[in-house]
Amino acid sequence: RRPTVKMKRVFLLEALSVACCVLLSQVTAKNSEDIRCKCICPPYRDIEGQIYKQNVSLKDCNCLHVVEPMPVDGKDVEAYCLRCECKYEERSSGTIKVTIIMYLSILGLLLLYMVYLTLLEPILKRRLFGHSQLIQSDDDVGDQQPFANAHNVLSRSHSRPNMLNKVEHAQQRWRRQVQEQRKSVFDRHVVLS
Amino acid sequence: MNGAGNLMDFLDEPFPDVGTYEDFHTIDWLREKSRDTDRHRKITSKSKESLWELIKSLLDAWSGWVVMLLIGLLSGTLAGVIDLAVDWMTDLKEGVCLSAFWYSHEQCCWTSNETTFDDRDKCPQWQKWAELMTGHAEGAGAYVLNYFLYVLWALLFSFLAVSLVRVFAPYACGSGIPEIKTILSGFIIRGYLGKWTLLIKTVTLVLAVSSGLSLGKEGPLVHVACCCGNLFCSLFSKYSKNEGKRREVLSAAAAAGVSVAFGAPIGGVLFSLEEVSYYFPLKTLWRSFFAALVAAFTLRSINPFGNSRLVLFYVEYHTPWYMAELVPFILLGVFGGLWGTLFIRANIAWCRRRKTTQLGKYPVLEVIAVTGITAVLAFPNPYTRRSTSELISELFNDCGALESSQLCDYINNPNMSRPVDDIPDRPAGPGVYNALWQLALALIFKIVITIFTFGMKIPSGLFIPSMAVGAIAGRIVGIAVEQMAYHHHDWIIFKNWCRPGADCVTPGLYAMVGAAACLGGVTRMTVSLVVIMFELTGGLEYIVPLMAAAVTSKWVADAFGKEGIYESHIQLNGYPYLDVRDEFTHRTLATDVMRPRRNDPPLAVLTQDSTTVEDVEALIKDTDYNGFPVVVSRESERLIGFVQRRDLTLAIKNARQKQDGVVSSSVVYFTEDAPQLPASNPQPLKLRRILNLSPFTVTDHTPMETVVDIFRKLGLRQCLVTRSGTELTLFISLSVQASPGYHHQEGRPATHGSNDEPGSRVHHVQLTEERRSFGLLHFVFWLIVVYCCMLLPYLY
Repeated sequence: RRPTVKMKRVFLLEALSVACCVLLSQVTAKNSEDIRCKCICPPYRDIEGQIYKQNVSLKDCNCLHVVEPMPVDGKDVEAYCLRCECKYEERSSGTIKVTIIMYLSILGLLLLYMVYLTLLEPILKRRLFGHSQLIQSDDDVGDQQPFANAHNVLSRSHSRPNMLNKVEHAQQRWRRQVQEQRKSVFDRHVVLS
Repeated sequence: MNGAGNLMDFLDEPFPDVGTYEDFHTIDWLREKSRDTDRHRKITSKSKESLWELIKSLLDAWSGWVVMLLIGLLSGTLAGVIDLAVDWMTDLKEGVCLSAFWYSHEQCCWTSNETTFDDRDKCPQWQKWAELMTGHAEGAGAYVLNYFLYVLWALLFSFLAVSLVRVFAPYACGSGIPEIKTILSGFIIRGYLGKWTLLIKTVTLVLAVSSGLSLGKEGPLVHVACCCGNLFCSLFSKYSKNEGKRREVLSAAAAAGVSVAFGAPIGGVLFSLEEVSYYFPLKTLWRSFFAALVAAFTLRSINPFGNSRLVLFYVEYHTPWYMAELVPFILLGVFGGLWGTLFIRANIAWCRRRKTTQLGKYPVLEVIAVTGITAVLAFPNPYTRRSTSELISELFNDCGALESSQLCDYINNPNMSRPVDDIPDRPAGPGVYNALWQLALALIFKIVITIFTFGMKIPSGLFIPSMAVGAIAGRIVGIAVEQMAYHHHDWIIFKNWCRPGADCVTPGLYAMVGAAACLGGVTRMTVSLVVIMFELTGGLEYIVPLMAAAVTSKWVADAFGKEGIYESHIQLNGYPYLDVRDEFTHRTLATDVMRPRRNDPPLAVLTQDSTTVEDVEALIKDTDYNGFPVVVSRESERLIGFVQRRDLTLAIKNARQKQDGVVSSSVVYFTEDAPQLPASNPQPLKLRRILNLSPFTVTDHTPMETVVDIFRKLGLRQCLVTRSGTELTLFISLSVQASPGYHHQEGRPATHGSNDEPGSRVHHVQLTEERRSFGLLHFVFWLIVVYCCMLLPYLY
């Protein structure tokens, strides 16, 4: 049976999820530096307040293991350690790295696409189709609307249903929708004040 | 379709079928409910036939839970990504980590070995920009350079945010909660919960929050979660074809959104119930809770704040409070109510100005200007320089013996035995008084700038700024009470409950109560606010102070105006939203409200078997009503049913294209059998399947209170008025707050009663063949994926 539109979408989603799981396995690889025990010891007699950090596991996270070198002598150690507060902390450096790099790459791609749509594409279209073919739509307000010539290009496309034309059709349809949204939000102030 | 076309089928424009709704119209709740009942009845009756059908019916029942699981997973993941990215980008304004650029300040200094207390925030790997560029860390030149770069980064982030919103997804701006409230009450805004809106909202939310503007991310997170809900609805036809069921999923998704924003699953469900949803059946309650829990669990496993907590300002002290402290708590409640009223009035006035004057024509410039002002005024004050979440976290926290911030610069007793919890009250050092001045300035600044920030064309929420205002006010009051209790411990009020050497007053608690009061004053939340606050703090001891403050602030704010900020924005934009809390106070009858009135043209009706296709098309062209009653004939106007404009248009278009012999003079009939016509007449057109045989009717003496109640409780959009039984005279339609954009809003008629829809049944049959094998495979696959993902952390 030929799979339908919805099946295609779901297959895409599932492929994405497999990729995510692979990424997750990268992220959950534990780094030994990602655990630490932090002990905060307040001033005691003439010793100042100090912070001690060490990469130890949860069971070793107490004053005796972490506070080195111990600033007080044998019999005062217990009194000193009673005042210290030790906390176990954990983080995942892999998660942070993957997240930030992924976010920056998505942001970079969006910025490139935005630059292409607002600056490069009108120039390219003007060169390919000539000045006479471009009809500026009459709702051009102020600066150049990125999708102003969507209607025009749509009407020019050939009737061959090959892949490139379909992509372009879909893109033009999306641009028209964004244009409509922009008109209702920014120009007519009908939605979203 | 040829082979190459198949791959790109999803790029084709979907053909609208009969039964869908147009953009900016409301849905018909009754029709959606009856369609869902039909579908369910069909599946249940078929499930008795074979084992395979039984499994399919089970899958259909479980599809709701699968959707909730997916929503929880995706919302939690997106919230974790947003938290981590905001953490990093906020610190990017001040400096950069040299060893690994993706670490924020705290993460960069995680492994450093600074032991002395003054150096706890400094480490050689993280350098401020001035230090990096010029090599000097201190001095006037370094300060000016840091200042300049801070403002530059803030401007860059906000400019990127507003450009992305403008170019890719204009619906991604604002908070989103007013529009989601409207959508959940039955309105359709196509594209508002789309994939591009989701992507752009997530990306630009990080940029907007990192730029230092006075806004929060909670409202936008609700929008993001609802977009995830909409995305997963399209996987199952049970939800994608039924707008009523879809809104149940969106209610649950909203709960998941608040749950990840605050780390409060129960609070999220209550928020969805109280603030966002319109119809909230009990089944949705359980499913929302599930979605919220899954989302909270996913966020916790991403662990963005490095300590297995979900929110940056989770506090854990359990010091008791005293009855006499209720007086300052109630005062804080009054402050919260007053501030809420002031904010709502000022913000609505500013937004109205933006809508109607020239200000609205320069959104990008406006954002840049506000960001510039915010950054320039925020940098000198250390309390506004850092992100608002960090400020709230510091204000909520109780001071230990070893705090380095100015706010905790108390004069310590060297013989004090306990370093952290239960420290007795101490006199304030000079640092505290300094901090109080700075906090007072920060309070004024935040009160003023938030009015201009909320509602700009970038994603902006308002929970965090309100909580910040309340927390600052609360902390100031708390320190004042604490010092008064210390220095005047022999006064009557303090003598009973506060002994010297005991820990009486916790200023952090006052900050929490203040935050709750201000948030309640602005949004008018009641139960959900208290639950969110006590889930934030983890302490049940503080429910009574929180409730006192929340109730007081709501009463004070309600005395000035009944609407919260979201309802005010709904009114400002003129969305068709019938608030359940409003009361209809006029003593009128249905006859006084219905149309057409005495001087209007007569009612536009269709007859059951004597209208031609040409007449119908003329009627559609000449009028802009959304539906037409169908009567027996023009002489005896007895009501048969009601037909929707959109369905009529599509059916006639379909008929002209597909059926033979249908021309302009063909007769349209709504009866079961074709009318008796001479053979020379062209083929008649049967349109019974689009006719609603049970439209809602009231008599002309029904009081309007009842009619409004019927509209609200049943979700009607149209109501027909009859006189003496079945004689149709006139009809009422819902037009709430009709504003220019929505004059078409005069009702989406109820086209289907309880009858089956032969037309749509054909659609169902065509698709079930492919669905059969695919559905099970699909479900099993997801089960395996989820199971593996949960197992992965344990494998390492």
